[in-house]
Amino acid sequence: MTAGQDLEPLEDEALRERLERVWAHPTGWRGVLTAVDHKVIARRYIATAFVFFFLAGVLALLMRAQLARPESHLIGPDRYNQLFSMHGTTMMFLFAVPVMEAIAVYLVPLMCGARNICFPRLNAYGYWVYLFGGIMIWIAFAMNVGPETGWFSYVPLAGPEFSPGKRTDFWAQMVTFTEVAALAVAVQLVAQILKQRAPGMTLSRMPLFLWSMLVTAFMVIFAMPAVMVATTFLITDRLVGTQFYNPAEGGDPLLWQHLFWFFGHPEVYIIFIPALGMVSQIVAAFSRRTILAYPAMVLALLANGFLAFGLWVHHMFATGLPRLGDSFYTSASMMIAIPSGLQIFAWIATIWDGKPRFKTPLLFVIGFIVIFVLGGLTGVMLASVPLDLQVHDTYFVVAHFHYVLIGGAVFPLFGAIYYWFPKITGRLLDERAGVWNFWTFFVGFNVAFFPMHILGLLGMPRRVYTYKAGLGWEVWNLISSLGAVLIAVSMLIFIINVLVSLRRGKVAGDNPWEASSLEWATSSPPPIYNFLRIPVVTGREPLWEGDKLPVMSGLGETERESLCVSIVEAEPDIRQKSAPPTVWPLLAAIATTVLFIGSIFHEWAVVWGAIPVAITLCGWFWPGRPTRKALKERSA
Amino acid sequence: MIRRITRLAPCLALAGCAGVQSALDPASDQASSVFGIWSLMLWICGVMYALVLAFLAAAIWKARHRLSGPPIAEGQKSPADRPLTRVLTGWVGLTVVGLLVLTFGSFLVDRQLALADQKNAQTIKITANQWWWKVEYDDPVPGRRFVTANELHLPVDRPARIELEAGDVIHSFWVPNLGGKQDLIPGRTNRLLVTPRRVGLFRGQCAEFCGLQHAWMALDVTVEPQTAFAAWAEAQRRAPAPPSTPEALRGRDVFIGAACNSCHQVTGQPAQGQTGPDLTHMASRPSLAAGARPYSRQALDEWLRDPQALKPGNHMPLVATRADERAALVAYLDTLK
Amino acid sequence: MGIMASRVLGLCAALLCLTACQRETRALTGEAPRRSETPSGQQMAGGGLAPPPVDPAGAAFEGVAFEISEGQRYYDWYNCYGCHAAGGGDIGPALMDDEWRYGSSIAQIRASIADGRPNGMPAFRDKIPDRQLWQIAAYVRSMSGRADKLAASSRTDDMRTTPPTNQARPGPEQSDTSGGEVRR
Repeated sequence: MTAGQDLEPLEDEALRERLERVWAHPTGWRGVLTAVDHKVIARRYIATAFVFFFLAGVLALLMRAQLARPESHLIGPDRYNQLFSMHGTTMMFLFAVPVMEAIAVYLVPLMCGARNICFPRLNAYGYWVYLFGGIMIWIAFAMNVGPETGWFSYVPLAGPEFSPGKRTDFWAQMVTFTEVAALAVAVQLVAQILKQRAPGMTLSRMPLFLWSMLVTAFMVIFAMPAVMVATTFLITDRLVGTQFYNPAEGGDPLLWQHLFWFFGHPEVYIIFIPALGMVSQIVAAFSRRTILAYPAMVLALLANGFLAFGLWVHHMFATGLPRLGDSFYTSASMMIAIPSGLQIFAWIATIWDGKPRFKTPLLFVIGFIVIFVLGGLTGVMLASVPLDLQVHDTYFVVAHFHYVLIGGAVFPLFGAIYYWFPKITGRLLDERAGVWNFWTFFVGFNVAFFPMHILGLLGMPRRVYTYKAGLGWEVWNLISSLGAVLIAVSMLIFIINVLVSLRRGKVAGDNPWEASSLEWATSSPPPIYNFLRIPVVTGREPLWEGDKLPVMSGLGETERESLCVSIVEAEPDIRQKSAPPTVWPLLAAIATTVLFIGSIFHEWAVVWGAIPVAITLCGWFWPGRPTRKALKERSA
Repeated sequence: MIRRITRLAPCLALAGCAGVQSALDPASDQASSVFGIWSLMLWICGVMYALVLAFLAAAIWKARHRLSGPPIAEGQKSPADRPLTRVLTGWVGLTVVGLLVLTFGSFLVDRQLALADQKNAQTIKITANQWWWKVEYDDPVPGRRFVTANELHLPVDRPARIELEAGDVIHSFWVPNLGGKQDLIPGRTNRLLVTPRRVGLFRGQCAEFCGLQHAWMALDVTVEPQTAFAAWAEAQRRAPAPPSTPEALRGRDVFIGAACNSCHQVTGQPAQGQTGPDLTHMASRPSLAAGARPYSRQALDEWLRDPQALKPGNHMPLVATRADERAALVAYLDTLK
Repeated sequence: MGIMASRVLGLCAALLCLTACQRETRALTGEAPRRSETPSGQQMAGGGLAPPPVDPAGAAFEGVAFEISEGQRYYDWYNCYGCHAAGGGDIGPALMDDEWRYGSSIAQIRASIADGRPNGMPAFRDKIPDRQLWQIAAYVRSMSGRADKLAASSRTDDMRTTPPTNQARPGPEQSDTSGGEVRR
């Protein structure tokens, strides 16, 4: 519990009772539909994202089954194209970005010592929109209306002439859904991290996870609009015959590629930078040492964020853009290896100088370093124009981005789940199962994806539903498929571990890892109001500073209130009301869903669908009067 | 690094025997330059990777016994802080140097590719369609131009300037042994320069996802001595010998009477279709249906019996439904050499 | 009541699913559809017996996005543009209006392409495989808004000469094949 507890025990009891009443949320179905607590929303968010992760994993297994043998007839081209399109789309849009944001939604307010996230209703809205978008595309897929043009849907293949029916429209609208949801979370994270930290948590004392989420959130805000514009152009091209991508009418297929990759490359870093933050937290906690070269680490994160916007053309080297311009993107792409390399070094140095305990989370971090560095180095190779022209769009690239995304994001994510599971559920995940989980994943991953480097160099293009026998690809494909089975086993271990530990895991206590950041200062799982008293931060590692964590008072106890601080010095600034449970975000999300799905089929749905959206937004922002009970308590 | 070498060794060995579509078995100036930069990258990145792994292993080894004691928070200076920060600076410096070498090397190779000698180049226009390649050999004399499909013959030691266009969606032209890929984009013309240096048979494949039959959109490339190339080109310019056997004659009637000539072209016959591959010398090509099968009469029969079974979604319809018609058609098409 | 409602809902969902499945099917087969060509018995304007307005084989093509799209491709490949332009008509009649001398059903359009019609429409029976005839017929129907709006594509990647196909508003179906007097 908070350190203030033993100073004034009596008053604590009264305070606890009062906070519980003020922050209480309805139970039963009403509670499900009206929740605005960031922990509740984040738990749903994480669970939903993992469901999509496993579904997309099943698609990957089906693809590996098809590719295990040459000229296989297991899956036809039409279904196979839908499989890889759904796999990529789900992993990128419905799993990777949302799960990172979901973990941030859970942790950021706790690390900031706040009672709730800064815009609780927007948070709920974001989740519902994401959920409905994900369900929509999976129902469409089940009904044979799944996307068929890959996760980057190049026009004209995805245009009206070559992708008949509504398949691509569902895909494009799913992008809109998930981007709206991602933006909703991003603006909250920016506001929360800049304005609602614990007093005393100056920018230079912020945990690296907060820094990484701040950078990520800004990247989301700058990158996502590009893809929403791109997909909206695509939908209008397909629905009302606009000519954005038609070269015969002055449009340009390359416009799509520029817009898509202006989002698509930062997207990779939007997935990867939160993982860097997680790694920093885990390394510090398990090495029991503050991260070496903190200022350099922060600068490296910022550099990653900036440089990520200057790389997009390296996805387009083969399109015949001017050669000298390409070289600029080569050097920019190479440059991003510098901040990444610096961070890798700093983590290893922290382990070197620390007192590491090799629990599962740290194992995943070590796995991350081994895999990600290899992926980063193949990334350096791909940055070179001539070499990229050879291996672009081959299995070499498939290997590269799985090394970067699974190694760079999913391994840290699993580490993070093992690390923060006790905080979220109050119980530890089983350590032995965790070690098995790690080793099967690590071995399975390398067996599945290392051969793909070789396949690419041997000339195997990506996105082929089958391949000719006799080109020397058979054995590597078979090995790769076997590796995929091992990954599936690993995921099974993980699922069982989570399900069993939820019920029978060891009770964790407040701070099982003796970590230093604020989320470990409250109970596990945290109470609905997060902290009995708002903690005051005096150093970069608040829980390692001394015996007691200082606290502040003065925040309202009869109403939901949160504290705003100044941006740099984190001095208490103003008190801000925090929204109570409400069903309006859900209604607004339903109205948004109707608008989005309707506009796949009819252009006027944009106009008519805007009316219910406007009504629900009015209901959402209708100024409420303080209840009589609150008034009475305030006067008391 | 050792692990990488041991892992790559079988791959290189394998490339030796099955290298018709391999970037590790260069057969042109361009592919050789790229292979050079690849080797440089492999070495520098391999050394970097080895350094990181060694440092990680050392960190784990060194720290394995120190488990107790209070955590080191910020401000509690650790004696290792200063040396580690120095090494960190050194590491960043090393990274910068390595990347500079690679960037510069990459730039030089790219420049070399862009400025390659084009004197006496053979111009070839390739148009990609769903899912086959139209190949047009240009010549200053209009009568000496000719068209073929899904095969490319190149004279050794003579640069070829390949102009790339797309008929429908974006495709990508890629023959790994001869060099990097270049996209074919509707509304644009891209160019690729190739100077083959080794005689041989190679295989290229569409590298940009282009729909249902992206997997079976291959191209057979023959690099041959200049005299052999000239002979081949001369043969391509001539119409094939007219069919002589009764069955082949009947097959020609089927070809002209049925839908075949609506899409396909055969020089010297009333078959001027432009939307499907040119068939004038189809029986002399190494493969059938854009690389789906090596050419043989059986394969041709299989293809005509059910084009959708071999390549589901492609635009070749079922034309000769009766077995005897099909046999005649096969006999005729087999004369197109 | 609850059971009833859920049944109705289930039925609606199943119907929705079926229509969507049908519309999005990609039947990757070369086989010609089996059909019966019993003429309707009705005398046509140019002589000969009219085809029946309904043919069960047409159902596999009618309103199926993939087949319409393939038809669009073959409309170009077999140079229907040469006479009918992009549907607005040139030396051949317009295909995007409401005038159908030989019937507007998919079977009737297919028959018109296959058998040819007086005053210049050649018979393509031997030049276009049957499956593609059906696909072209499905596309021709979409030009005048007669195909499922959700299955028709908005435009091609060529110069724009007509309004978006999927925005066309269909007039009444005309199964009458008696000649040019229909409408005005």
